[in-house]
Amino acid sequence: MLFMAFRIALRALGRNKLRSFLTMLGIIIGVGAVIAMVAIGEGAKALVKQQIASLGTNLLIILPGTVTVGGARTGLGGRQSLTDTDAKAIMSQIPIVTGASPVLRQVQQVIGGEQNWSTPVQGVAPEFQQIREWKMADGRFISQADIDSTAKVALIGQTVAYNLFGDENPIGSVIRIKKIPFQIVGVLDIKGQSSSGTDQDDTVMVPYTTMMKRVMGVTYIQQITVAAASADLTEQAKNQITLLLRERHRIRPGMDDDFMIRNLSDIAEAASNSATVMAILLGSIASVSLLVGGIGIMNIMLVSVTERTREIGIRMAVGARSRDILLQFIVEALVMAAIGGALGIGIGIASSDVIHRLMEWPVIVRPDVVLIAILVSGGVGIFFGFYPAKKAAHLDPIDALRYE
Amino acid sequence: MGDIEVEALRGINVSIRGGEFVAVMGASGSGKSTFMNIIGCLDRPTEGAYFLEAEDVSRLTSDEWAHIRNRKIGFVFQGFNLLSRTSAVENVELPMMYNGTPAKDRHARAREVLKLVGLAERLDHMPNQLSGGQQQRVAIARSLVNRPALILADEPTGNLDSKTSAEIMELFQNLNDQEGITIVLVTHEPDIAAYAKRQILFKDGLIISDHVKES
Repeated sequence: MLFMAFRIALRALGRNKLRSFLTMLGIIIGVGAVIAMVAIGEGAKALVKQQIASLGTNLLIILPGTVTVGGARTGLGGRQSLTDTDAKAIMSQIPIVTGASPVLRQVQQVIGGEQNWSTPVQGVAPEFQQIREWKMADGRFISQADIDSTAKVALIGQTVAYNLFGDENPIGSVIRIKKIPFQIVGVLDIKGQSSSGTDQDDTVMVPYTTMMKRVMGVTYIQQITVAAASADLTEQAKNQITLLLRERHRIRPGMDDDFMIRNLSDIAEAASNSATVMAILLGSIASVSLLVGGIGIMNIMLVSVTERTREIGIRMAVGARSRDILLQFIVEALVMAAIGGALGIGIGIASSDVIHRLMEWPVIVRPDVVLIAILVSGGVGIFFGFYPAKKAAHLDPIDALRYE
Repeated sequence: MGDIEVEALRGINVSIRGGEFVAVMGASGSGKSTFMNIIGCLDRPTEGAYFLEAEDVSRLTSDEWAHIRNRKIGFVFQGFNLLSRTSAVENVELPMMYNGTPAKDRHARAREVLKLVGLAERLDHMPNQLSGGQQQRVAIARSLVNRPALILADEPTGNLDSKTSAEIMELFQNLNDQEGITIVLVTHEPDIAAYAKRQILFKDGLIISDHVKES
């Protein structure tokens, strides 16, 4: 019965090819628009995520806790509870952590060339380059050998390079920090201002071991900068690091942590939320065109029922029940919507690809969206086909046969 | 609301036996169309009953009526009422589509009845490629295809010239004589009614004459 209804439907649609196609066009454009718009929206989301990630949303910063000295509480970092072995343990024991670097920072007067310049000097590990995505303008980053041998080597940022050396190539030159000579082995590429307005290029980096022993003379580190595998994993990484450090620092259950972990994922969340809103907005605008397509189907089906009143009468006279007529017209609307939906998916995917190529904008065609588009266009066919089909099924055969 | 009840038929009692060939006559408004619709299971009598093959079918549901129209009644109309852009064979197959006859049997049976009405050569022609007489033959074949108890022909020659009309009426006569098919024919033309064995004349919702032709 259903198979027959499909055959009748295909034949009826075939009789009015142009009209069937124009009716389908509404669905084609609707489905195509939904798929393309959602693909663009998803692409935008991915783009935003990628850009946010470059800000370091996968970063965690571990600071020592506070300490109370004579009734006065120090700020965060007052304790001396973090060591470089904590950083190594985090790196080696937590798989979702892709890098962990001890960091010590102190503003120093740096003497180089014939100039001097006050700048934050940072002691870091080789992992720091990857964690903060530092690129080299020239030379190399700090190596593990530098760490092991507490080498007196330094990297300088662009601002420092300009202020101490002007246009000269600083590689190989010597700068002095607290009278200790450091050889410049690399110049960092421009990074610009941080989100808080600090000039990130105004810095000098040295091996953290050298910073601890030679510059600051301390045995602890000020912070550990950690990168998780992705922004989504930062929360999980934070929990695992907390457990690990509590165990390493022998903190009994119920006692407060002697450290503090901060992250930037709030920013990431806000940005990705706004991208999601945009994707939803695009999708819902496109859905309106799908709705309009559905109304087009209903319109044509109503015309078709009127035009074919006599045919309906004949079918009823020879034994078609109301439900046979109902099924026939619903299937006809469904077939129209399904063919339109299939063409729309093709066009949606193709136009997503064109947008991707022309605008170099990432587009992501999600299979679940395609599946939803198929179901929705089928649903649109049944929904908008139902009223005309019901009208057809409830015709009185006597009137229908007499209809001119 | 606001409908005025018009008494189209006023207490008539007619009995038609299997194998009869009856012409129902009367001017327009005489009640013959209502009579036709009732015996065709298209309309419900306000009062009274209609027995078809000993079963009171006047109180059945519309789905049951559809089944009876499919199985027991064959319709032939004045305007042929064939599906356009649908071949003769497929038009004849149509009633069998609604009772689950397998496709193979449908084709075979459709060919058989088309042969019976003399259209063996025109199986795949579309209605617009056929003359009026040929179209009416296709319609007659369609009415026969489910071996109904009754064929209802409503002004079957109304759209045909007199020569073709005679041919169609002879076809009805043959089907009645040789195949024993019961035929009820509605017409207002006495010379067409003359082909039938029995003439019933309606006037103002009453039967004013019921006359069996001696043969």
